[in-house]
Amino acid sequence: MADRAEFAEQAMQYAPQLYSAALRMTRNAADAEDLVQETYLRAWRSFNTFQEGTNLRAWLYRILTNSFINTYRAKQRRPDETGMDNIEDLYLYRRLNTLDNALGSRSAEDTMFELFTDDEVKQALEDLPENFRLPVLLAEVQGFSYKEIAEILDIPIGTVMSRLHRGRKGMHKLLYDFASERGLISQSAASGSDSSPITDSDHA
Amino acid sequence: MPECNDYDCTDTLRELELFLDHELSDIAREGIHAHLAGCPDCLQAFDFHAELKTVIAAKCQSDEMPPGLLAKIQRCFGDPNDA
Repeated sequence: MADRAEFAEQAMQYAPQLYSAALRMTRNAADAEDLVQETYLRAWRSFNTFQEGTNLRAWLYRILTNSFINTYRAKQRRPDETGMDNIEDLYLYRRLNTLDNALGSRSAEDTMFELFTDDEVKQALEDLPENFRLPVLLAEVQGFSYKEIAEILDIPIGTVMSRLHRGRKGMHKLLYDFASERGLISQSAASGSDSSPITDSDHA
Repeated sequence: MPECNDYDCTDTLRELELFLDHELSDIAREGIHAHLAGCPDCLQAFDFHAELKTVIAAKCQSDEMPPGLLAKIQRCFGDPNDA
């Protein structure tokens, strides 16, 4: 990148998505705004460590993630990860499929789009324990590759894959629970499911 | 000799996430495609998760930036020496 002015211009285009990611991380608009500013400030200060030709977006997300972990994680309640491992594969699919068969076919994407509200999907992601929330956010929402996520979070690729797998299942279960609570999914279709939220803690 | 790309339902569903994340090798992708072409059940599961992924990505980015944030960011790009 030729100079700082060019860097600033290129980095600015990622502000809206960095803000969204910051919101999912901090779960709080004021903190998200601070986190994004801190990210840009750190990026600007360490501009000379950015290697031209490498991925600016991934670099900014790495700064965002590190800033979040350093500044905000200590403030947040220690997440309870129990319950993340008791969710079978294809959890949501199997249950909605049963529902589909009861209600008739549901095929178009806009139907899936209408099945959950924006707030429910955001909540399902934000309710995940942080170790799972960050990989899911980076892969599912921001579309980073496993290799990029491993570099951003500084964890091995195998850990990315297992956390992503478990995190997605946790998120899908939360989505199912929200739909059940809203009465969207009838009790008969919901029978057999355990409706306890996965982030509920049972510490004494 | 069994063909190396002869995926059954179990193999195929096990690779669902890697497939949708574009993390499979070309050979593995071809194997999955070949299975999906002849298996409506697996295809339905893949379609469902592909849709779900799209919906999650869209809805988790539907945030309005607070007015003034861009200006605050611009101010971060000040003199690097006053950092």
